[in-house]
Amino acid sequence: MRPTGARSGTLVIACGALAHEIVALREANGWSHLDVQCLPADLHNTPRRITEAVQARIHANRNRYASIFVAYGDCGTGGELDAMLARENVERIPGAHCYEFYAGGAAFAELADEAPGTFYVTDFLLRHFDRLVVRGLGLDRHPELAAQYFGNYRRLVYLAQAPTPDRIAAARAAAARLSLAFEAHHTGYGDLERSLRMLPVGAPAWRS
Amino acid sequence: MADDAEEDFDLNALNDEELVEQVHDDLYNGLKDEVEEATRIFLARGWAAERVLNDALVEGMRIVGVDFRDGILFVPEVLLAANAMKAGMAVLRPLLAESGVAPIGKMVIGTVKGDIHDIGKNLVGMMMEGAGFEVIDLGINNPVEKYLEALATHKPDILGLSALLTTTMPYMKVVIDTMKEKNIRDDYIVLVGGAPLNEAFGKAVGADAYCRDAAIAVETAKALIAARRAMRGAH
Repeated sequence: MRPTGARSGTLVIACGALAHEIVALREANGWSHLDVQCLPADLHNTPRRITEAVQARIHANRNRYASIFVAYGDCGTGGELDAMLARENVERIPGAHCYEFYAGGAAFAELADEAPGTFYVTDFLLRHFDRLVVRGLGLDRHPELAAQYFGNYRRLVYLAQAPTPDRIAAARAAAARLSLAFEAHHTGYGDLERSLRMLPVGAPAWRS
Repeated sequence: MADDAEEDFDLNALNDEELVEQVHDDLYNGLKDEVEEATRIFLARGWAAERVLNDALVEGMRIVGVDFRDGILFVPEVLLAANAMKAGMAVLRPLLAESGVAPIGKMVIGTVKGDIHDIGKNLVGMMMEGAGFEVIDLGINNPVEKYLEALATHKPDILGLSALLTTTMPYMKVVIDTMKEKNIRDDYIVLVGGAPLNEAFGKAVGADAYCRDAAIAVETAKALIAARRAMRGAH
């Protein structure tokens, strides 16, 4: 916990789906000036609640940090998150969602154009594939729904942050389970890492 | 024995009122076979297809819609309910067509270019059909040309545009702007919907209304058609 009364350092308010990755980056790069607070990844099921949750976290911490940065994409908020962040004068990672900022805007656009019916998984989604995809969509209880969810999809693309043979095998198995073709792309941490790396110089963050 | 009781449960033994309630429950629980069977029972009892549709199926789905909106039900349950309703509608559709009741309006609906998601669109189409609209479904990944062609061919009252992705929803503006360029925008009611949309976005792209869910799409369509017809009648 940062002591009250001292406005120093940078707070990263992040989606829980990025927690593991941000902490890994912070450890690897020695970014001890960054504090990270995560909101539940499950908010993606009700994107309208993301904006208010992020705003509440900004208000709760504004007087405690020298700067605040938001590690979210638009994440289905339909521009509401950006509108709120503009009012609060806080910046976020560029991109519509984590697939885009991991892959990079141009590369993601190319993937989407190539096959609009692409289901993307990241390291996070792969770790929680059973909970979020299989159980979350009710496929464990009603496998017949898979055709309705994924009937228009053609391939699963694993956008890998830190691929290992086991993870690639798990992603391939996930594709097989959904009857989709499989591709793996090693993206690393993409714009997530680039944005966080810029925080010490203050470029993409609110400053007091 | 609960299991035996389940197996022996006879929908025929219920009176009309109980059977309507049972259909609502069965839709809620996504029990396709039971909904289809109850639909046939109503017809055998002399109910008009339209009454079965409105009292049993549409009302049942309305309840499902409310609980989905309130976060009590989630997408899998709604999909199962929709599948059950589809089974009932498959029985009723030919009878409704035979009955000669004119549709209350016509809608062309499709998911925009670059987007292959159709669960929401299909729900809207089904609920619109259940409400008495003729629905022409263009499917997914539609470029503007396909919408224009469908408008010219089918001359609907309503154009429905659907998108699930933040990256594809701006294409709705492309469609509406092209309609403006061709001076046909005001010939149609344009409704937009999809998870990342909101009312402000609907206004910004020039739609008549943003519809948060399928039930609201039906209410909005009915209200806007009635308003438009009233206005035409006044001139």
